[in-house]
Amino acid sequence: MTTSCCFTLFICGGPLPPFQLQTVSLEPFFLPRTALKKSRRCVGDKNTKSVFCLPPQTFDKILIANRGEIACRVIKTCQKMGIKSVAVHSDVDASAVHVKMADEAVCVGPAPTSKSYLNMDAIMDAIRSTGAQAVHPGYGFLSENKEFAKRLAAEGVTFIGPDTHAIMAMGDKIESKLIAKAAKVNTIPGFDGVVETADDAVKIAQQIGYPVMIKASAGGGGKGMRIAWNDEETREGFRFSSQEAASSFGDDRLLIEKYIDNPRHIEIQVLADKHGNALWLNERECSIQRRNQKVVEEAPSTFLDSVTRRAMGEQAVQLAKAVQYSSAGTVEFLVDSKKNFYFLEMNTRLQVEHPITECITGLDLVEQMIRVAKGYKLLHKQEDIPINGWAIESRVYAEDPYKSFGLPSIGRLSQYQEPLNLSNVRVDSGIQEGSDISIYYDPMISKLVTYGATRAEALSKMEDALDNYVIRGVTHNIPLLREIITHPRFISGDISTNFLPEVYPDGFKGHQLEVGNRRELLASAAALYITAQLRSQKVLGNLRVSSTPVECTHWELCAELGEGLYSMEVEVDGGKVEVSGQWNLASTLLPLTINGTDRMLQCLSRDASGQIVLQYLGTSFKVRVLSKLAAELNSYMPEKVAEDTSSILRSPMPGSVVAVSVKPGDTVAEGQEICVIEAMKMQNSLTAAKQAKVKKVHCKPGETVGEGDLLVELE
Amino acid sequence: MMAAFSVARSSCGLINGLRVSFRSLAPVKHGAVAAAALQTSLLPDCRRYSVGHLSVKERIDMKRKAALVGGGQKRIDAQHKRGKLTARERVELLLDPESFVESDMFVEHRCSDFGMEQDRNKFPGDSVVTGRGRINGRLVYVFSQDFTVFGGSLSGAHAQKICKIMDQAMTVGAPVIGLNDSGGARIQEGVESLAGYADIFLRNVLASGVVPQISLIMGPCAGGAVYSPALTDFTFMVKDTSYLFITGPDVVKSVTNEDVTQEELGGAKTHTTVSGVAHHAFENDVDALLNMREFFNFLPLSNQDPSPIRACHDPSDRLVTSLDTIVPFETTKAYDMLDIIHAIVDERDFFEIMPSYAKNIVVGFARMNGRTVGIVGNQPKVASGCLDINSSVKGARFVRFCDAFNIPIITFVDVPGFLPGTAQEYGGIIRHGAKLLYAFAEATVPKITIITRKAYGGAYDVMSSKHLRGDVNYAWPSAEVAVMGAKGAVQIIFRGKENQAEAEAEYVEKFANPFPAAVRGFVDDIIEPATTRKKICRDLEVLASKKQVNPWKKHANIPL
Repeated sequence: MTTSCCFTLFICGGPLPPFQLQTVSLEPFFLPRTALKKSRRCVGDKNTKSVFCLPPQTFDKILIANRGEIACRVIKTCQKMGIKSVAVHSDVDASAVHVKMADEAVCVGPAPTSKSYLNMDAIMDAIRSTGAQAVHPGYGFLSENKEFAKRLAAEGVTFIGPDTHAIMAMGDKIESKLIAKAAKVNTIPGFDGVVETADDAVKIAQQIGYPVMIKASAGGGGKGMRIAWNDEETREGFRFSSQEAASSFGDDRLLIEKYIDNPRHIEIQVLADKHGNALWLNERECSIQRRNQKVVEEAPSTFLDSVTRRAMGEQAVQLAKAVQYSSAGTVEFLVDSKKNFYFLEMNTRLQVEHPITECITGLDLVEQMIRVAKGYKLLHKQEDIPINGWAIESRVYAEDPYKSFGLPSIGRLSQYQEPLNLSNVRVDSGIQEGSDISIYYDPMISKLVTYGATRAEALSKMEDALDNYVIRGVTHNIPLLREIITHPRFISGDISTNFLPEVYPDGFKGHQLEVGNRRELLASAAALYITAQLRSQKVLGNLRVSSTPVECTHWELCAELGEGLYSMEVEVDGGKVEVSGQWNLASTLLPLTINGTDRMLQCLSRDASGQIVLQYLGTSFKVRVLSKLAAELNSYMPEKVAEDTSSILRSPMPGSVVAVSVKPGDTVAEGQEICVIEAMKMQNSLTAAKQAKVKKVHCKPGETVGEGDLLVELE
Repeated sequence: MMAAFSVARSSCGLINGLRVSFRSLAPVKHGAVAAAALQTSLLPDCRRYSVGHLSVKERIDMKRKAALVGGGQKRIDAQHKRGKLTARERVELLLDPESFVESDMFVEHRCSDFGMEQDRNKFPGDSVVTGRGRINGRLVYVFSQDFTVFGGSLSGAHAQKICKIMDQAMTVGAPVIGLNDSGGARIQEGVESLAGYADIFLRNVLASGVVPQISLIMGPCAGGAVYSPALTDFTFMVKDTSYLFITGPDVVKSVTNEDVTQEELGGAKTHTTVSGVAHHAFENDVDALLNMREFFNFLPLSNQDPSPIRACHDPSDRLVTSLDTIVPFETTKAYDMLDIIHAIVDERDFFEIMPSYAKNIVVGFARMNGRTVGIVGNQPKVASGCLDINSSVKGARFVRFCDAFNIPIITFVDVPGFLPGTAQEYGGIIRHGAKLLYAFAEATVPKITIITRKAYGGAYDVMSSKHLRGDVNYAWPSAEVAVMGAKGAVQIIFRGKENQAEAEAEYVEKFANPFPAAVRGFVDDIIEPATTRKKICRDLEVLASKKQVNPWKKHANIPL
């Protein structure tokens, strides 16, 4: 069923000036530049390459053992500091942005990360052949790999990060907790050792008090984690977690701790040098997560007062000092509703979300890391560290937010335009128009950071930035991001790590249109339709047979939208919606003024049969605009029967087939596993939708499949 | 208000303000509205009337009203039930509002056998609606077969009506669109009906290359009737409701003992994917007619008109940076030629012809800076973009259409050669491949060629090469113009030589780049992919005045 509504358009006004392209600054910038003038005293600016103000001598050449946005991010600072950069890349990344940006590039192997970006031998060779003096590992890959740090040290190459000891100490959850406790950092009540048996687990759980969390000692990323509310669940959780831990990390040691209900995830950025100095650079609020991965971050947090902030900061610094930490690091805390905070873990690397800290403190963390690695003392004192304004970061991913808040999507960015024409917007990305988002790597497109004097300003800027962000060719999560940052709960700061499942218990469904918004959307679609129709009549040149355009100032149209959930809300009120704008049919962005409100819409597609897909308020809506006659006649058109999907199994995402559990002729029960698809390092089990006999198997283990590819047919 | 004024002074915009007023936003049941409209305006059964005591004026009105309902409301309802529109509804939707000028509304069939002479068997206008109208203001002649009258069967009168508008279209120089929905010949009329078909065929042939002819198959079209669409320039079909075949499933069963359904034998899917008879298939009647309007915008009215130019919002000097990375480094890796086409043409708007048939070549219409162009491109994604029988024929027919109607041709080349094998040789790849060669060679319209990657062997010559009078031939830096790929070449040149790898490297160094062609002037320039759109637009401006004439001949003799 579809919603239909009729309306009449009156066209007024005359022609328009040609569409003006706004000048787009191509280079992302850091914000703000006002804070911490002192630190820039002798730091080389790109433009001030004078002999009198050289940056302190650090390295001549740095190799960046990473890819994508973080590699580009590090290269930018290298360029600023006058350091030559070396990129490493896999063969599929040969024309990637980070390769183009770097002064030199070395191919370190084929596409799979284990053979390229994790291939220490090849990377060591690259270091030797290029003569790089230091290595910046970025995040992920080899950034917290003690073996890599050791090998670098053996060759006399500087690792831009903490030393091996700190990586080792903080890499193990049990050990890090013990160290934290010793450094008088608040830790989650729990058992400080390895839990041997299920009975032990129950005993310990009873001592701590339910609920408890059972998790893998070596783990991360939510794998091998179970929450238990009673003895029985503890036993079960113990069994599952140890199995998962063994298969995921090759280490089945488990620990048990108190489960913090409704927690916030707040982390403190620390920066330490090799001379025993350490600073805390305020907090980042990272509570908005899905499947334990952060989606939206902000700095500072709405939740912390200065007392708590100081307490957390000081404890973080205590911990850093306890492990003789140097370089930038992050101490993660869980904060409960009463502002009690508990140490979670310490990340001994640059975090993905570091730009928001840079925005509010004015520090360039990569620059600081390079200085510290060279052995310089910190330039700042704790009292120099400000909180200037507010910064928000949205992680823009190539993923489908309608499938469990984000299943990876791949493709080629056929059109791509970052909203850099707006002020106070920073985009950290490692891709450009024409880049491929492949199954081999993280599907992150960019980190979109906005900044404002106040949180409201930063948020409203984020809305604009998301609306102005043009991404075509891959499915992206902008609909979800825009919904989050405009949600009343988020705006009021009432968030926790359970935000997404609480706000969208039935999964994310996109922006829900209200009457006024729907009217705006339909009016925009109708106006676009008419613009295209009128343009079709504009045939230029001398015509042998004269053309007789339809002199029409009054159009009767019908629009269909969605699946009729709101049909009754479409009201007959004779209300007028005035839409004006620069109607450029070639442009991806569609700036409109609707009833006096400026809106940035995007036209995603438009076809001859009246189908218009508009991105409005972040979500894309399909509207079919037809003339009244076409709509009348369209009612005679039969609805085409959709393919019966219960008897076929299609791949929900691009990835590779790990296992096929059935063969033709097998009978499968409803819910039985049919095959397993691995994508972005996540294994997804696909199950039968009904009891049936297997007719045909179209895939085999090891094969790469695309989204929507037929895997198995049932009878 | 200032904004509005400044807006009004400028010259090149469209509309600055649209005021949308929602009159009745209540959900509308269109079925009910439409049915009511038809019923109230027409007598319930117009065909039963007596003539005796009526004035001429009344008789005229009666006939007109009768003509409007064709075979009567019952049959109209049946037509709707099949998911099809009536002949008149189709015409109304295809043409601009109130632009249809009907002719021959009073024509009736002249058959007097088998009780056909009775009044109840006479329908004013007979089983076809004909006339002229406008699509986006541009003149077009239309006939629409009326399935509600004798199943749309073709009588002598029916054929005569079609011939009349075709003759007019020829004298004026405007395209003809046929909406086919006919059960076949009017058997009661016998040879008269066959003569009618032949009259139409003759006109199809005479009009070929003079005015564009388009057939939209919206119902059955069987037997001799299929040859009219086959003779026209483009044949489009509607999924699930249209069929094209020489003989139906019953005859097939009795002759060859094959069990086949109508859909399998001659449905839209068959003809757009297997036989290549139809050029495109659409979801339903409404979809098809709206798309036909869009398609019509691309075409010139006749061979006397230049390629149409429409107002364009897409800057002609737009740089397409995404093209710089589109050709993969490994020469064996595929990419999608459609990505290149979409990125280069105006507004990513590309009307692909035969998108599901012989997919190793892509053909279709697009615009460059507003001007219609025909695009031909090898598709590396399918069969490496090689040329085979089907793709050669598909490409050749499209190139000839463009040449006949003054539409410039832009060719994107990434071709590893002709497909080898017995199937191809026995099928006559030599004579079919020659068609594409012939078509490119004889074309006198502006021809611009871009070699994106491989241009190997004879296929290089075929694909609108400089040697076939290409006006502007570009190569991207990734282009390789050579007799064959490195591996094969080395095996021949250095047969027996031990170090094949070294020889291969030497060959790659020498030939796997655009230089051998560029130093000989076989490509005019090696260009950055990002600048391709800009260059093509500039070239087309210059080539608009291109004049080239082939030697006089009665007609050429393409290797059919």
